[in-house]
Amino acid sequence: MAIVDFSGKITLGEGSAILRKMIRELVENGRRKILLDLGDVDYIDSSGIGEMVAAYTTVRNAQGELKLVHLTRRVHDILQITRLYTVFDVQGDEASALRSFRGAG
Amino acid sequence: MISKTQRLAVTLETLLESVDLAENIVVGVAESAGFSNEDVHKIGMAVREGVVNAYNYGNQQDQTKKISIAVEFDPGKMTIRILDEGPGFELTEVPDCLAEENLLRTSGRGLFLMRAFMDDFKVLRSPSGGAELVMVKNLPSSGSSNGSSQPK
Repeated sequence: MAIVDFSGKITLGEGSAILRKMIRELVENGRRKILLDLGDVDYIDSSGIGEMVAAYTTVRNAQGELKLVHLTRRVHDILQITRLYTVFDVQGDEASALRSFRGAG
Repeated sequence: MISKTQRLAVTLETLLESVDLAENIVVGVAESAGFSNEDVHKIGMAVREGVVNAYNYGNQQDQTKKISIAVEFDPGKMTIRILDEGPGFELTEVPDCLAEENLLRTSGRGLFLMRAFMDDFKVLRSPSGGAELVMVKNLPSSGSSNGSSQPK
């Protein structure tokens, strides 16, 4: 299990690259349950959205689960209009997110 | 009240730094024009996506090429033009990012977001062949700015 607190922007360049590197490191080190706390992310662009989709796919391909928690309104709205709200497992709070993970890992 | 066209134009290099620069310039202009914070955010993001499109897909990160941005004010609306020096493209040929089979694609949402965040959006081909993204936001006083986040 890993809880990742991300803050600032997830945009083309640094923000997206950091997210990509972090998810890859976690998966390569055996983490299969990853909770991404986006409570302090106030800006995400299409590159950032793409990076989140890549993160989702990376974790899923490793038979893991990636969940999101504490979406800011702007991130929530972007996921809504791009229909990705139906793809990601968005949890209301950390406690329910942790309970929702299946099995060990 | 703006009674005739006012225009601001800037030419930027095909660099990653130009994305933030373009967004910051247009955000400043939009704030001065009296748009709400939410609309300023949407305009800034639309410009960001447009310049990313020019940087990545139009000019294909070729630093010998330029990205031109123009902001025009006419009565009731602000028009932003983003021009690249690439091969151009047809909007109808861009895959629908909302289609089920495309939801897990890691790219291809920039054009959709520009449409969603602006009141009007179209893609033209410049005389030199590059793509010209033309996006319009109605000025707040005109009372018809698209307050929703849904694309047309």
